[in-house]
Order: sequence, then structure tokens, then C-alpha cells
Amino acid sequence: MNGVLSISTVLNFGSAGLIVLGLYIVFTQKNLIKMVIGIDIAETGVNVLLVSTGYIKGNTAPIFSKAGLQVSSMVDPVPQALVLTSIVIGFGVSALALAMIIKLYEKTGTLDTSKIRGLKW
Amino acid sequence: MRKVISFLLLAGFVFYFATLTGGLLIPDSSADRSSVGLDILSRSADETGSANAVTSVVVLYRGFDTLGEVTVLFLAALGISVFMKSTGEKRKKVLDQSFILKTGSRLLFPLMFLFGMYIIAHGHLSPGGGFPGGVIIATGFFVILLTSESVNFNKTLMSVLEGLAGLSFIGLGVVGLLGPGNSFLQNFLPLGTFNTVFSAGIIPLIYAVVGIKVGAELSSVVYAMKESK
Repeated sequence: MNGVLSISTVLNFGSAGLIVLGLYIVFTQKNLIKMVIGIDIAETGVNVLLVSTGYIKGNTAPIFSKAGLQVSSMVDPVPQALVLTSIVIGFGVSALALAMIIKLYEKTGTLDTSKIRGLKW
Repeated sequence: MRKVISFLLLAGFVFYFATLTGGLLIPDSSADRSSVGLDILSRSADETGSANAVTSVVVLYRGFDTLGEVTVLFLAALGISVFMKSTGEKRKKVLDQSFILKTGSRLLFPLMFLFGMYIIAHGHLSPGGGFPGGVIIATGFFVILLTSESVNFNKTLMSVLEGLAGLSFIGLGVVGLLGPGNSFLQNFLPLGTFNTVFSAGIIPLIYAVVGIKVGAELSSVVYAMKESK
């Protein structure tokens, strides 16, 4: 690890991997609940990417918990605040989607998109 | 066919991603921070009195955005309770949980509630705040609802708490608007001693209100999901 891979590279590969994995699940799976899980995985990847944009090597969290912490030794607080919003919105979206899926299952008796008329692609 | 199309889409996405971030293999940035971030870091401690710069961004600099976020969460909870509206017939199957699970969950609930309160109260000092704290409290309710069959869950009380919390968020903003600061969600309380629990003006108040709102909302969501058959 020494010097070969930077932390930004690892975070980049990680977030790209999570986004691709999540989108792959959304594209190929037919089960609606699995599709919601795919959306959640892709969203986690986006959050990792956003946080990693504010990362600065060797710096601490932007919290003045001790006297003597310098501004120049902290990471960017703005992406972290945005990700907080993103997580909450993502939670709302997936909870609402799951509630809709429960209703859909009650109406049609199946979670398979290829068996529900109007949901095929 | 589906697989081929999705593979092409994903390959395109990876290419786009790599060009966007300037290649996947990039060195760690050393100092190129956005000027907004640097500005906020150097001013937030004096302006807001909050030790946690992220909290000062979420609650004060972008407080209006947080109000919108709370509204989105409220809309999601509203949508879920509309979808999950019980159709009259109660669930017949009774889940028989073991004695140990029931007692354990009842022991766990006050501890989770206390921990949620702690997270909410220390939002301006450490990572945490109203959203995670509210979720922890709702998780405590969730554990109780999962293990016990008959729970005295007061739905009206939860709705009233939620509405009052939302109103007080807006009320705090309006007081800032009428106060000397003359802008919505402006701090109007003394900043107090830096890095103590009672400091940072209205930030702990707003986070307490957000915590109550999120906790009540998510508990109602969990209850609605349980009650529907």
C-alpha cells in the first residue's frame, strides 16, 4: 500500500464500484425489492463519492473539539453537510418505494416486474 | 438483450465517471479545498459558536435547506401512512415471541431512548444531531413494536408532537426574522461558552425540535407498517 494507492483512488474505485453494482441490480433484476436494494447501494456509492471530494490527506474532521486545532488541518465540511441531506432524502425515497411495493403486492400477488402488466421493460 | 443493454449503459457510466474525476487513479489532494469550505471553517466557530462545523452548515448556513429536508421526510411519512392505511381487518396471525426477547426489548428501550437524547443534545459538539438521534429513538420504538403484540401506541400524541415540532422549527426561524438579525433562522440567543452543551445559540434548540419530529414521524411509519395487514 505504501505510496502505490492513494486514499482518493481507493475511494474513487469504491464509489464507482458501488454505483455500478447498484445500477446493474436495477437493470437486471426483476424482483421489485431487489431493485430498491440496488437503488440504495448506488446511493451509498454516490454518498462515498461526495464525501471523498472534500477529503484532504492527513486532515481531521471539521470539529473544534480541542483548543489548538487549526483550520488548515481540517477537511471540507460542505460535502459532509450535503451528504447528511442526501442520506435523509434517500431514506424517505426507499421507505416510500417499499410502502408502494407492499400495496402492489397486495393488488397483484407478485413482486416480479415481468408478470405485472405495465411494469415490463 | 437486457443484459447487453445494461452492460453498455454501465460501461458508458464508468467511462463518464472516470473522465469526470480525472481518471480513477488520482493522488490525494493536499490543499485544494473549496473556498466556501475554507471560509466556513474559519468563520463558523466565531459566528455560530458551534464546535462542529458540519452542524453549523446544516442548521444555520443552510438552515432553510434543512427545513426543506424535514418537509421531504414529512411527505414521505405522509405518503406511507396513506398507502398503509389499514383496511379495517386486523392482522390475524399472532407472532408468539419468547419471554426473553420481550423482556430484553423492554430493558433495551429506555437505554436506546437515552442514547438518542444524548446524540440529539450533542449535535453541535460531536458527530450526530437531530436526524440520527431521532432515528435511534424510532429504532427503540421499532424494537418494542416488533416483539410485543399489544402496545399502547398513542398515534394522536405522535401526530401532535410531530406537528408541534414542525411548527416550532418555523417559529424559531420567524423569531430570527423579527429579531435584530433580520433574517430567517438567524441566531438570537447568546452563544455561551464554546464547546459546552449549553452553547451555540439556537442550534441545540433546532436539533431538539428536528429530533422530536424525526423520532415521532419514523415511529408512526413503523407503527403504520405493522398495523396494516
